Amino acid sequence: MMSEAITTSGVRTWRKPPAIERPWLRYGLLIFTLIYLYFAVGSYDVNWARVAEGVERGWKFIKAFANPDFVSRRSDLIEGMTESIIMTVTSTVVGIMISIPIALGAASNLAPLPIYLFCRTIIAISRALHEIIVAILMVAIFGFGPLAGFITLSFATIGFLAKLLAEDIEAMDKGQAEAVKATGASWLQWINYAVQPQVMPRLIGLSMYRLDINFRESAVLGLVGAGGIGATLNTAFDRYEFDTAAAIIITIIVIVMILEYSSSIIRRWVQ
Amino acid sequence: MMNTDTNTSLKPVWQRRTTGKQLLIWFAWLVFVAIFVACWMFISNRTEWYFVYDAPRIAADIWGRATPPRWSYLDKIWKPLWDTLNVATIGTALSLVFAVPVAFLAARNTTPSATLIRPIALLFIVTSRSINSLIWALLLVAIIGPGILAGTIAIALRSIGFVAKLLYEAIEEINVDQVEAITATGASRWQIMSYGIVPQIMPAFAGITVFRWDINIRESTVLGLVGAGGIGLQLQGSLNTLAWPQVSLILLVIFVAVIISEWISAVVRRAII
Repeated sequence: MMSEAITTSGVRTWRKPPAIERPWLRYGLLIFTLIYLYFAVGSYDVNWARVAEGVERGWKFIKAFANPDFVSRRSDLIEGMTESIIMTVTSTVVGIMISIPIALGAASNLAPLPIYLFCRTIIAISRALHEIIVAILMVAIFGFGPLAGFITLSFATIGFLAKLLAEDIEAMDKGQAEAVKATGASWLQWINYAVQPQVMPRLIGLSMYRLDINFRESAVLGLVGAGGIGATLNTAFDRYEFDTAAAIIITIIVIVMILEYSSSIIRRWVQ
Repeated sequence: MMNTDTNTSLKPVWQRRTTGKQLLIWFAWLVFVAIFVACWMFISNRTEWYFVYDAPRIAADIWGRATPPRWSYLDKIWKPLWDTLNVATIGTALSLVFAVPVAFLAARNTTPSATLIRPIALLFIVTSRSINSLIWALLLVAIIGPGILAGTIAIALRSIGFVAKLLYEAIEEINVDQVEAITATGASRWQIMSYGIVPQIMPAFAGITVFRWDINIRESTVLGLVGAGGIGLQLQGSLNTLAWPQVSLILLVIFVAVIISEWISAVVRRAII
C-alpha cells in the first residue's frame, strides 16, 4: 500500500498511497476524462449575450425570494397545493399496497424463479422511466387531472419500495423463518409471523421516505397536465411573475421540511 | 406485550395486545381509512370518468400507432443523446465542486461554527433537495434562456443537496481515532483534513458520486420538456406532432440508456466497496 521514495541522500520519505493502485487504470482514467471533457465542453453552444441578459433577471428572482407574493394568486396556490398533497397521500398508500406483494415476489428466498423474474421486470420498468414520462403517457390515456398524477406516482412508488423491501426480505434472519415453518404454519401464517415482523420497521421507514419523494415529484407533474401545483408554477414562470413563483417554491420547501422532520421522528420511534 | 386472558372456558388464550391497545390500533386504522376515502373522493370529483372508461381503447390505439418504432429516426437521436449524457455528467461534476465544501461546513465534526454556519449549510442543502431538477430547469430557462447550459446548471443545483447530505453524514461517521492520531503529530488544520478525514470518506464520496450520476442520467432525459436541451426536446417535439412511432423509439432509447448507466454505476460501486 505504502509507496516509498528513496531520495538521493538515502532518507526514505513517506508519500500518500494513490487512490487507484493500478497505474495504467489511474492514468487511463485521467486521459479518458480529459478527452471526454474536451469534447463535452466543446459541444456546448451557449448564447452568452442571452446569458448576460439573464443575470439581471436572475437577480430579480433572488430579490423575489426576499419578498414572495402569497396573496395575488392565493386561491390557485391553495388549490394546487391541496391537489398535490392529496395525490401524494393516495398514491403512496396505493403504491405501498401494490408494492408489498411485488416485493414478496421479487425476493429470491421466497419466490419461485418465474415469479421472481416477472416481479423484477416490473420493478426495472418502473425504475427506468422517469415520472414525467409516465405522466405524459397517463395523461394521454386517462385525460388531464389528478387521476393521471395519482396513477403515475403509484407506479413510481412500486419501483422504489418493492426493490428496497425485497432486498430487506432477502437479508432477513433465516432462523426465525425456519422456526415458524417448523410449527406447521401455512404460507400466509409464515409470511405474517416470520417475515412481516422482521421487515416492518424498514417498511415504515421506506414508506415515510417515499411519501416525501412523492410530494416533491407531485410538484412537477402539473407541467404535463397531471394535476398539482406544477401547472401554477409553470404559468408563473411563463409570465415572469417571479414573486408568485418564489412563494410556491417556498411553500414546497416548507412542506418538504415538515415531512422530513416528521418522518425522522417516526423512523426513530419505530426502530 | 404478551397478555394471557382467561375466557369462559378458563383456558388461557394467547393475545398479542391488551384490549385497550387493540382498540386504539383499530381506531387509528379507521381514521386512516377515512382520510384515504376523503382524498379519493377529491380525486374522483376532478376526473372525467367518461375518459377513464374509454382508457383501454385509447391505450390500445396509442399502442397500435406507436408500434413498430421508427428505427430510421435513430440518426437524429445520437446528438441529443450525447447532449443528455453531457448534461448529466458535467452537471454532476459541477455539483461536486460546491457539494464538498458545503458538506464539510454542515458536518458536526468539521464545521467551523455549529451555531452560525452549520444551519446555513443545512438550509442550503434542504433548499437544493426540495426543488425538483425540472423546476430548477424551468427557472433557469426563464433566466438564462433555453439550451443545455440551463439543463446542466439545473442538474448541478439539484445534485448539490443530495451529494452534500450523504457526504456530511459520511463525514460525521468517520473514525475519530485516526483524526486524533494525526492531530497528535502536530498537523495543521488542512493536514488533518487531507490525512485524517479525506482518506476515510473517499470510498463513500466516489460511491455517492456515481450513484447521483446514474440518477442524473434519468433526470436529464426529461429536462428537454421545459426547453433545457437533450433528448427530452425530441420527445416533446414528437409528442406535439403526435408522431407516436418516434415517441416509442425515444422511450426505448431512454430505457436502454438508463439501464446501461445503472449497470455502470453498480459495477463501479462494487469495485469501490
